[in-house]
Amino acid sequence: MLLYAQDEVGQVTEELIAEVASRCGVTPLQVDEVVGYYTMLHRKPLGKFHIQVCTNIACMITGGQELYEHVCKKLGVGNRGITEDGLFSVEEVECMGSCSWAPAVQVNYDFHHYMTPEKLDALIDAIRQTRKAQ
Amino acid sequence: MPQFNEPSPLEVKILTKRFQLPNSASIDTYLATDGYKAFLKAREMTPEQIVEEVKVSTLRGRGGAGFPTGMKWSFVPRNSPKPKYVICNADEGEPGTCKDRLLMEFDPHQLIEGMMIAGLAVDAHKGYIYIRGEYRYLIEIMDKAIAEAYARGWLGKNIQGTGFDFDCYTHTGAGSYECGEETALLESLEGKRGVPRLKPPFPAVSGAFQSPTILNNVETYAAVPAIIRDGGAAFAALGTPKNGGTRLFCLSGHLNKPGVYELPMGFNLLRMINEVGGGVRNGKKLKAVIPGGSSCPVLRADECDIPMDYDSLAKAKSMAGSGGVIILDEDTCMVRAAMRLMKFYQHESCGWCVPCREGTTWLKKILVRFHDGRGERQDIDMIGELSKSILGRTFCPLGDAAAMPTIAFVEKFRDEFEAHLNGKCPYGQH
Repeated sequence: MLLYAQDEVGQVTEELIAEVASRCGVTPLQVDEVVGYYTMLHRKPLGKFHIQVCTNIACMITGGQELYEHVCKKLGVGNRGITEDGLFSVEEVECMGSCSWAPAVQVNYDFHHYMTPEKLDALIDAIRQTRKAQ
Repeated sequence: MPQFNEPSPLEVKILTKRFQLPNSASIDTYLATDGYKAFLKAREMTPEQIVEEVKVSTLRGRGGAGFPTGMKWSFVPRNSPKPKYVICNADEGEPGTCKDRLLMEFDPHQLIEGMMIAGLAVDAHKGYIYIRGEYRYLIEIMDKAIAEAYARGWLGKNIQGTGFDFDCYTHTGAGSYECGEETALLESLEGKRGVPRLKPPFPAVSGAFQSPTILNNVETYAAVPAIIRDGGAAFAALGTPKNGGTRLFCLSGHLNKPGVYELPMGFNLLRMINEVGGGVRNGKKLKAVIPGGSSCPVLRADECDIPMDYDSLAKAKSMAGSGGVIILDEDTCMVRAAMRLMKFYQHESCGWCVPCREGTTWLKKILVRFHDGRGERQDIDMIGELSKSILGRTFCPLGDAAAMPTIAFVEKFRDEFEAHLNGKCPYGQH
């Protein structure tokens, strides 16, 4: 429920916590402690396109670490950093269940398998192009 | 749609037999290919007969522990006045494992049918599928399949006039490895922080909402329709004694053809690497294999001529785990691998009990020190000792899962740790 609420609002805010608490019949504190536990729930805003790069073992040995460093450099941000225009953010994540098709990247909820720095560049550029066109 | 690997001619397709069909996730495809027949057959059987059939099949839990499924089901007190629950663990998070997502994406109805049969066996009328939050598109696929099943009378009240009621729901996780542990999953399902519970009582007696609960992995439930339809003995015969059936092996790492392949239990690991996975890539030599997801102790190349089933791997002091087979070639730095895995466990440790919370933190610090070229000789023994003092002292298996592979890395590749003492990685990787 919190995850879906976050998707709608963009991030976990005080108002969101209060709303969820009242709908579930619990105190905001009880909701707050749940929010603190789960890594997919964010209190700070993320980019419109949240790029999650797996660097766990199967991805690491097939180039996931390099991919993560590459995208950080390209966008000029660090872990959980967000670009100035608010379009992209980057996060180093743990195994996302794509080990056999590694290295893997997830942009928002979309999986991208067999990733390379070139393919990731193309993906980022394509997103920028589409945004510009709008 | 994400891209996946091509199938292999050596596969034995039982659970994945519909994967190549067009529109394989739809209920029409499912019904046209023996779908829901096993449920109707199970409805004619007594609950004891269903459990017995699953026992005969020697199906063992595909999530990691490998507990015999039939036995697990028999622990549920059927006469309890409380409602009972069938819960599916689809919080696939073990590094190296990526099979459950295929079973849900390409054959969601097989999973629903498996859960319904489990419902018949333990007199449960509600099922929950706990899917990790990252798998949003799979939650949508499962929700669609569930809606189709309701619309066609395969879920809900009085299913197909048999007088049996069953409701099925999905529930989302939100990025916690720990929630793959059964009691932490139950806590999370109830809307709380995903921390484990003290056992006993086991979930079979007091699980979800303090009621009797059976909790199995996606692949375990997905195997049930085939067992009921074709008989437990036929399923058992596919594998080795006490390790029946087929399983989905997720080959990853330095391979020419990594991918998810359905193979009989007891398939030889070297054959799996060379014939199914196309051999180690770039013509390199094999160095080591993590045979069942990151929590399983690593096997050296000379230990890899081994049948892949629960008992054989246990004999080799490793585990069959969740079927994630990670292949490491001769150029892999084992210190880096051990360090990365400990970072993972430290990050995912829920902090509920001290040995795991503190142990993984200190192990990470030592391993990072090694990785950065600041390791000292005494650290090597300390890694082993610290790991051993976590083993068996935690609420849930996460502590063991962090300790066991670390002990194996140090014991089997001590020379690599020593080679890092002069501040440099012999492989030049960090």
